[in-house]
Amino acid sequence: MSLLRLDAISLSFGGLTAVDGVSFAVERGEIFTMIGPNGAGKTSIFNMISRFYQPSEGRLFFEDIEITSMPPHQIAELGIARTFQNIELFDNATVLDNLLVGRHRHRTTRIFEDILFLPKVRRAEYADRYRVEEVIEFLDLQKYRDLVIANLPYGVRKVCELARALCTEPKLLLLDEPSSGLNVEETDDMVYWINDIRSEFGITVLMVEHDMTLVNRVSDRVLALNYGHVLALGTPHEVAHDRAVIAAYLGT
Amino acid sequence: MRPIFQTDYDQDIRLMRHRGYWWSYGTLLLLVLLAPFVVGSYLQSQIVFVFIYSIVGVGLLILAGFTGQTSLGHAAFLAIGAYTAGYMQRLGVPFLVYLPLSVILSGAVGALVGFPALRLSGIYLVIATIAFGFIIEEVAARWESVTNGNDGMRVKPIEFFGVTLGREGYGFYYLCLGLLMLVLLLALNILRSPTGRAFVAIRDSEIAARSIGVNLAVYKVVAFSISAAMTGLAGCLYAHKLSFISPEMFTLLLSLEFVIVILIGGIGSLHGAVLGSIFVVMVDPFLGYLKDDVPRTIGKLAQAFGAANAGAIQDTLSAIGGAAGLKGAIYGVIIILFIIFEPYGLYGRWLKIRLYFELFPLYKKATFRRQKTYLKSERNR
Amino acid sequence: MLLDFIQQVVGGIALGCVYGLIALGFVLIYKATEVVNFAQGDLMMLGGFFAYTFIDQLGLNYWIGFALAVLAMAAFGSLVERAIVRPILGYPQFSIIMVTIGLGFALRAVVGMIWGTDDLRIDTPFSSGVVHIGPLVLAYDKLSVIVATVLLCGGLWIYFNKTRMGIAMQATSQNMLGAYYMGIPVKRVFSLIWAISAAVAGFAGVLLAPIAFIHTNVGFLGLKAFPAAVLGGFGSIPGALAGGLVIGVAETLSGFYLPEGFKDVAAYILLLIVLMVRPEGLFGLHLRKKV
Repeated sequence: MSLLRLDAISLSFGGLTAVDGVSFAVERGEIFTMIGPNGAGKTSIFNMISRFYQPSEGRLFFEDIEITSMPPHQIAELGIARTFQNIELFDNATVLDNLLVGRHRHRTTRIFEDILFLPKVRRAEYADRYRVEEVIEFLDLQKYRDLVIANLPYGVRKVCELARALCTEPKLLLLDEPSSGLNVEETDDMVYWINDIRSEFGITVLMVEHDMTLVNRVSDRVLALNYGHVLALGTPHEVAHDRAVIAAYLGT
Repeated sequence: MRPIFQTDYDQDIRLMRHRGYWWSYGTLLLLVLLAPFVVGSYLQSQIVFVFIYSIVGVGLLILAGFTGQTSLGHAAFLAIGAYTAGYMQRLGVPFLVYLPLSVILSGAVGALVGFPALRLSGIYLVIATIAFGFIIEEVAARWESVTNGNDGMRVKPIEFFGVTLGREGYGFYYLCLGLLMLVLLLALNILRSPTGRAFVAIRDSEIAARSIGVNLAVYKVVAFSISAAMTGLAGCLYAHKLSFISPEMFTLLLSLEFVIVILIGGIGSLHGAVLGSIFVVMVDPFLGYLKDDVPRTIGKLAQAFGAANAGAIQDTLSAIGGAAGLKGAIYGVIIILFIIFEPYGLYGRWLKIRLYFELFPLYKKATFRRQKTYLKSERNR
Repeated sequence: MLLDFIQQVVGGIALGCVYGLIALGFVLIYKATEVVNFAQGDLMMLGGFFAYTFIDQLGLNYWIGFALAVLAMAAFGSLVERAIVRPILGYPQFSIIMVTIGLGFALRAVVGMIWGTDDLRIDTPFSSGVVHIGPLVLAYDKLSVIVATVLLCGGLWIYFNKTRMGIAMQATSQNMLGAYYMGIPVKRVFSLIWAISAAVAGFAGVLLAPIAFIHTNVGFLGLKAFPAAVLGGFGSIPGALAGGLVIGVAETLSGFYLPEGFKDVAAYILLLIVLMVRPEGLFGLHLRKKV
């Protein structure tokens, strides 16, 4: 059973077809990257998987459960987490608070128990903070823990996005252009982290990426898209040498 | 500066973070407990109003400050609480029953308002709450069998177990204080729990909140409900404090006063509710001061300096001070000045002062200066 | 019966024109700066008072006084923008709304202090007199409002659709920084839009004088204009006017046919229904954030 399966997904806005009959499957434990020029439909597919857009046609399956019409917050319950291309952090809260929100899907307390702050809420807080500290340690965010997001530089914010997604303990992690805006050193760190995310936490990663070195170093399989169609699907090497892909995207 | 080493999760979670908290809040509590014996009855009465407005302020802060759902219709929830109390009392229901009933009923109406509010945001939500306020005001005026319409309703003093709490008495003062402390405690609990963090998440980025698993519908409705419930509680106390309620008390202007409370107090913290209430409640006595005492003192000073027209000066100042609508002008000017110069409110000013002393002499004004962000379209929020 | 109905509808249309003009002022400012000006109704009130000063106190001719009042309002709008709105651009929308509410408070109070709180009247060529169309009797004051509104809106439509300013205004509202880069004089655009909006409000205020007199509470009519703006979809100029007409007619008809009290809340009930069914209003656009 594939972890994620897209079945002839299409998306049209008005007269424009952004995604046209795309099908692929992501297997458990692999790092799968989507590449393609801007406008190819990569982020649209992302948004459909995380349920911010509704596919015009086709079906989506996560662990063989149909998610085509599920609301976004239920997707998170199933174990899908994503980062955003334009960072969507909670600007007025500290890094720690952002990550703690990430634990939301694991909450065991009900709202009225929170209001009374019963001992079980306190115990749940301890557990959440313990897990969050593990993620902070993994991504080296210790010195930013109590700083407000609004005061942090862009590179650190990207890492915080990733951290928050990890705090949800997902099965599938959707990374939207993880290296955009990062310098070479930070991109290197990103490579190590993505690999560690897969090997240490067993999380499957689905990425959209433009930086081909990152793609080649990290991906198990690559999907190349253009104008909403699939151009090629295979290992990075196969896709990089596919003639259609070269013509459309990589240049001659 | 006091470096605090973190060795324990509790240090972040508990309400009294370190010993300084016990000292400062303890002293404050002591002062407030002793106040009725020290200050005159007029000031005691005003302090009770501060308590009541603070409760509304906390409710409004939870909704507007922490969940980002601005409401300009909270006078409606106050009215629901007040009229529930008055009507139930008329039917002979005991105080200990109708107090929680006002809370529950307001909370329920809040939830009902919250559902349609799910689809609205920003300016649309503000307008919808204004509309809601007008409709409730009209309902209060027309539903004469329950509310006695425009003639208003007399509310008798609180009675339970044979004890009567007159609205000017110590008992009522401590009751309001106790309820305010309870409301503050509940609000603080919410804010340090996953629910409170979900609220803040909704305020700062609905998209991210949804993708993390926060069910917007549930949390927004709950926020409305809690906010309305707290305001309903304040409404019950308000009814008893005034001993007479009528629909024209619960207008848009009252809702605006509540928003002014949190705006001037500071929107980011519960302290803002109390500080803002002190400001709003003190405006009236301040105006009285302006009308009589200030012109008199200035007149006397002018006389002492040998000015020939001291009497005329005193009269003109008195006329300005006594002008109808001066309250509106003061509110207007203060709001504008605060938003331009003091966007973090009174609590923000207090934080700046405290930081100044903590960092002396290294304090920099730019610490709190907002980055001037260019106007980003809210339509794509 | 039918006669009454038509009479009421005409009255409603006249009222609706006033609401529409105020809503128009809202929408103009909103389209250009995404600020909702809660003081729009109070600007209308101020326009009426300026007219009173020019026409009644200084004894000028009605038309000259009218024009002067509108010009004075334009200048005032510009002043407000420079002094109060510009320092807070970039602040969250809530703060800006509260500033305009504060402005409204201050305006009402100051006007009350300067001109007093009694009802004032001005002599207009339309204060009395009726027109007979068959069995219908239509008052001049209501007709003048309708005609003037139509003329004004025609003028504004030409201005916004046939000049570059209209597009420049939309650009600044959607992306201020980008507009700056494109050479649009953003600050001048803002001043201009506030001036136009205040002038439109003043225009409405003078038109309203024969119907509702000149009084500090006239600004509260501005609150009714909100449902009008929402009905029309907040970003649409013809929508604001259409919304105003709908609200005006609905209100007048409910005053006539429905039990007491409905007249005051009819606008708000209609507003809530529209917000539930079609939040973007009749002519509004449904936008969605791109992530």
